[in-house]
Amino acid sequence: MTDIPAKAAAPSASSGSALLTLMKLRTFIALIAVLVFFSIAAPNFLSAANLILMAKHVALNAFLAMGMTFVIITGGIDLSVGSIVGLCGMVAGYLVLNGIDLQIGYTVYFNVVEIILITLAVGILIGAVNGLLITRLNVAPFIATLGVLYVARGMALLSSDGRTFPNLVGKPELGTTGFGFLGAGRLLGLPVSIWILIVVALGAAYLARYTPLGRHIFAVGGNERAARISGVRVNMVKMFVYMFSGFCAAIVGLIISSELMASHPATGESFELNAIAAAVLGGTSMSGGRGTIGGTIVGAFVIGILSDGLVMMGVSSFWQMVIKGLVIIVAVVVDQAQRRLQQRVTLMQMAKAG
Amino acid sequence: MSSGHDVILKLEDVSKVYAGTVAVKQANFEVRKGAVNVLVGENGAGKSTLMKIIAGVEQPTAGRILLEGEAVSFSSSGDAVNRGIGMVFQELNLFGNMTVAENIFATREITNRLGKIDRKAQERRAGEFLDRLEAGIRPDMLVEDLRIGQQQLVEIAKAVSLDAKILIMDEPTSALSAAEVEILFKVIADLKARGVAIVYISHRLEELIRIGDYITVLRDGRITGQEEMRNVDTQWIVRQMIGSDAKDFAKADGHQPGDEIFRAEEICLPRVTGGLAVDHLSLSLRAGEILGIYGLMGAGRSELFDCIMGRHGHASGRIFIAGRQVKERDTTRRIQRGLALIPEDRQREGLVSILSVASNLTLASLSRFVSLFHIRGAAERQAVTQMVRELAIKVADPAQEVSSLSGGNQQKVVIGKALLTEPKVLLMDEPSRGIDVGAKADVFRTMRKLSRDGLGILFATSDLDEVMALSDRIAVMSNGRLTGMFDRAEATEAAIVAASALGHGPAAHLAPSDGEQR
Repeated sequence: MTDIPAKAAAPSASSGSALLTLMKLRTFIALIAVLVFFSIAAPNFLSAANLILMAKHVALNAFLAMGMTFVIITGGIDLSVGSIVGLCGMVAGYLVLNGIDLQIGYTVYFNVVEIILITLAVGILIGAVNGLLITRLNVAPFIATLGVLYVARGMALLSSDGRTFPNLVGKPELGTTGFGFLGAGRLLGLPVSIWILIVVALGAAYLARYTPLGRHIFAVGGNERAARISGVRVNMVKMFVYMFSGFCAAIVGLIISSELMASHPATGESFELNAIAAAVLGGTSMSGGRGTIGGTIVGAFVIGILSDGLVMMGVSSFWQMVIKGLVIIVAVVVDQAQRRLQQRVTLMQMAKAG
Repeated sequence: MSSGHDVILKLEDVSKVYAGTVAVKQANFEVRKGAVNVLVGENGAGKSTLMKIIAGVEQPTAGRILLEGEAVSFSSSGDAVNRGIGMVFQELNLFGNMTVAENIFATREITNRLGKIDRKAQERRAGEFLDRLEAGIRPDMLVEDLRIGQQQLVEIAKAVSLDAKILIMDEPTSALSAAEVEILFKVIADLKARGVAIVYISHRLEELIRIGDYITVLRDGRITGQEEMRNVDTQWIVRQMIGSDAKDFAKADGHQPGDEIFRAEEICLPRVTGGLAVDHLSLSLRAGEILGIYGLMGAGRSELFDCIMGRHGHASGRIFIAGRQVKERDTTRRIQRGLALIPEDRQREGLVSILSVASNLTLASLSRFVSLFHIRGAAERQAVTQMVRELAIKVADPAQEVSSLSGGNQQKVVIGKALLTEPKVLLMDEPSRGIDVGAKADVFRTMRKLSRDGLGILFATSDLDEVMALSDRIAVMSNGRLTGMFDRAEATEAAIVAASALGHGPAAHLAPSDGEQR
């Protein structure tokens, strides 16, 4: 007697949870799917040279997407990252070429390490401006970062009057050489930018998982009021995520100008959208409180491989945009379906128990 | 239960679960034709949820609905209306910016062949229904110009105009005058004679006994009694509603409170609209003492707690812990000084519902488990396990999302979170609100134990029984001011109620609004 209902209930519950597991792994499945598809459809896709090249492309978006992930988990958005990329590239280029004129007949030139540190500081500073606007002046994140998007882009254009800073080789007598290492250097066969990505990603994942700050980021996004009453310094948490996002954007600005050995003020336009797409594809919830660094990296790889693979197959760039958009929409639809299914499974269990 | 009325609608084992609470548990409910089927129960017993399920507004989580013997499922209230089920909602669902006639025919507009609304026909038909209610309401009046009682009559006219086979009325008389109630009862008698099944929800027992034919009693989401009205009396109804299990307040253990642990002096909080939400309030609390703060809704109890926790930058006054002034103004550092708040609104302020039970428990006390900047997982897990055991939180795995717990267990998580900060003074705002009887008893027992361990507890409540049973001393607040302070020995319900009404209008006017907030 007792066996019958148990047997009847078991298959539906287990099939529900099997489906749930599949849905949770969707980004990973998508990654494997695009890898398999292009290794068959595009010749040379799986060659080491091509894989490394793709990884370098993906890394740029992955940096921005990591910063974006933390911001989105707190329930915000950062539209300014693309402009920060451009502005930081210009800062680096300006410092390599011109140094800082002290107005008293002397000009200070910095070595490459100093230039990198100054550029990163600029990125963090712009992030801090975002954070201050949002926490102190109560500007909605969308609007605050939209404003900074324009301001930073305008400053990048002003810095050179819209021209490119070319040929950032530097002069040995000024100690400004070696800027190309970030973009072109290799360590143990891997590009430097990939190593930086690995370090920053591990650091960010550790932060999210094992530190109070990480826990607080999720709490602020999940329920800001409850976090505040629990003693979480909500404003500090928000300041941090925007500053980290600015830091990530500065890294991208440095890498791009180092790869090209030139800084162009329009660099990074619309990068913010790719970063948001990667974060969302990786399972970050736009309503805050949910998301992982690992998921975001995988999401960045799916988008990057998709666009590079389509280029190799000779698909028109117009179609590429259509396909990318569809992939993002499908990802979010599946995400919502997963939430609903999960909720239903929990509620059914509670109804049975209570 | 034999009778001459046929069953038209039957609910079988219907359950409705919301995240965190079970509103209706396996209810079996029958609605009979040509009769008034009465439904009673305390606030939060699940009456309205049950009716919303019948009216298609909510979908049951489990169970089935049989309409005239045939299983049905309504995905919207439109579905239910099409099958002849109408509902008068407790909260008015009217469009204030439209006329009475437009409201009555909303979504069923009478149109001519070109699809244009036939205003004249609508107003004529609406007038017929309104005439039966004898309320002097003209169909072309704007709803927002009507008194609230008249609006309720419009809502009733709208439901009657559906020509429903089943008509649900959720507290239809709450805003009606005595004369209007009489008219409503005439309309109900008329509908009954035409074979309409009426489901009638009300708190007014004398009303129910007068017009009801069948009665069903709900308690904590379960149906506890179902009878023909002529077989029951008021006492039976009350017994079914309240149940034999009276509230279980843990007994005082007679320990003596220690030295003063907390003192507040001249706390003031200005209101945005002018005046003071907390008005020069001073009180003191001893270690191991439970000080109950009684007050009606809006008396300023929650605002006082917010001031103590440093949630309002513009509040003034001084607070002391163990004789030393707390100069820190922000919540974070006040928690570090030994204050902890269990907020009134669990969902909005107590929990981060998408995080796990474990993460919620340790959210306020993470610094205890950190070396340098690394959270020591083992230490955190150990603290979580210990707290789950101490507070008897029913959870299979602490990694589970906190929203999957029942209300009572969620409340225990909030309490556990506060306790993990190792507070000296615990502020509890309505700690027993919205949780079941068993969990309430657990919460009260925990309060006793904590006070025995030397914690000072300030707890705010609008439940008179609770404040009388649990407190060592009782403070009464009214209109932001402290209007009474009683030792348990000398406190009487009458004195407390009188103090809680000071500075307000007539007490008789306030008493019902206190009951409403439960």
